[in-house]
Amino acid sequence: MTVESSLVTPLLLEFPFEWTYLRSIVRVSLYVSLVAVALSTLCSLPIALAVGFTEFRGKTLLTSVINTGMGFPSVVVGLVVLFAVSNQGPLGSFDLVFTAEAMIVSQFVLATPVITGVSLAAVSSVERTVRDAAFAMGGTRVDVALVTIKEARYGIATAVLAGFGRAISEVGSVLIVGGNIVGPDGTSKTRTLTTAIQLEARQGRFETAMMLGAILVVLVLVVNAFVVRLGRGDGGYR
Amino acid sequence: MPIQRREVVAALGSTLAVGLAGCTVLGDGGNGDAGPEISGETLTLTTTTSTYDTGLLDELNAPFQERYGVTVDAVGQGTGAALETGRNGDSDVVMVHARRLEDEFVADGYGVNRRNVMFNDFVVVGPADDPASIAGSGGVTGAVDAVAESESTFVSRGDDSGTHAKELEVWEAAGLDVADFGEWYVDGGDGMGAILVQADQQGGYTLADRGTYLSMRDEIDLEIHVEGPVEGGPELLANPYGIVAVNPAVHDHVAYDLAMAYIGYVTSVEGQEIVERYTIDGEQLFFSQALAEEPNFEQYVPEGWEGASDAE
Repeated sequence: MTVESSLVTPLLLEFPFEWTYLRSIVRVSLYVSLVAVALSTLCSLPIALAVGFTEFRGKTLLTSVINTGMGFPSVVVGLVVLFAVSNQGPLGSFDLVFTAEAMIVSQFVLATPVITGVSLAAVSSVERTVRDAAFAMGGTRVDVALVTIKEARYGIATAVLAGFGRAISEVGSVLIVGGNIVGPDGTSKTRTLTTAIQLEARQGRFETAMMLGAILVVLVLVVNAFVVRLGRGDGGYR
Repeated sequence: MPIQRREVVAALGSTLAVGLAGCTVLGDGGNGDAGPEISGETLTLTTTTSTYDTGLLDELNAPFQERYGVTVDAVGQGTGAALETGRNGDSDVVMVHARRLEDEFVADGYGVNRRNVMFNDFVVVGPADDPASIAGSGGVTGAVDAVAESESTFVSRGDDSGTHAKELEVWEAAGLDVADFGEWYVDGGDGMGAILVQADQQGGYTLADRGTYLSMRDEIDLEIHVEGPVEGGPELLANPYGIVAVNPAVHDHVAYDLAMAYIGYVTSVEGQEIVERYTIDGEQLFFSQALAEEPNFEQYVPEGWEGASDAE
């Protein structure tokens, strides 16, 4: 198997990166994506519950808008966020250009429609009887919401994972607003795994780009496994 | 059915905790390395893909960071984008290689105190077997003429970079108009490294700066068919790099003092020695241009500037 060995050999034998470099880009990737997804989730769940529970004119339109947001091109989001955080823009005074926090803003914008849209579908599929029962048992609105979240937890976990997948695999917007910065000492400031892969590929170093890709896949796998466990919870699995 | 609020809250809590853990990690990294003097300050440098991809900037910036305790954030963009970032006040200092665009930047008031930094040259590279036989076709204009004549694949940067500007200049010097070209003229729209990879894979020619070409020579099969002035080629292929501070009168929040310290450092004896010493596989990539005993007024003003005669 010559093809396989030529791919595997560099993975095992040559390790062209400094550990500090690799650790720092993994850390930036996780920091940016996890914070963005956590904020998105906090924002998306109330919206999904509110929209899911109420009937109003224009609900279909709103749902369509959210679902359209799922496919929003990341480069465009990057440009819009760059415009916003630029020193000339409305958020200019926060000095966010070329920082990890600017990347969180753009990933928040990218992940929120995904998490909202998928959670909304999950929440809407919880049967009305369940909600009525919770209400009849004397639950407050918050209790009813929590029962719904519990019933829809697999769908919501999927939503969070989809948002995370969108955030951590995204390269267009973080490159624009983050600037792909690594200090001369080899620690990343705004370089993520994806922008590092892009940089390696741009210089024709496809093997190292593939290695970084493998690390990214493993990372996503680990986070998925963790969230799935969390979604099951203790006693929640009947 | 029981309402298990606690579980849900616990789940939400752990999600948050993960996010906060990320915060803490980065926070530590940010605060831990307080520098000796102007600690905590950041200088944002926008520059070209050629200085960034060759690794020269890491060599230059490490001693600067150590001495001043300042973090240099180097952002590699095309020359056009690097200058545009400066125009928006999002960078403090710009190092690029397209004199006409630098002059515009200064003439529009966005840049001040331009200095020459270094130079290397452009080379025309292509497949080893040279299908359009451009090697002996008489200079760079003859070479690009031969490419156009044979309609061999030519990959253009197409990204408003310094290299792209130079490439258009070369076609113009050969009396050809890019707008008339057929499908053989590929608009790659990417950085120098990516374009070299594209040209390599498509068996095409391209114009590259010598630095990026040398730093990537091991990854690709392209060879130099027309040399630049560093190896005795035509002056048309010269590639000078300039550095300009962003005007603090236009953008009052820019770190102008740091930018000037950086310009001073890069054009100092120490900085220029680093430029001269920087080699890849024994080949020098950039040549010092900032140090001269004779005055060189031309570097401070737009090319062809007439002086104070028409100022009043």
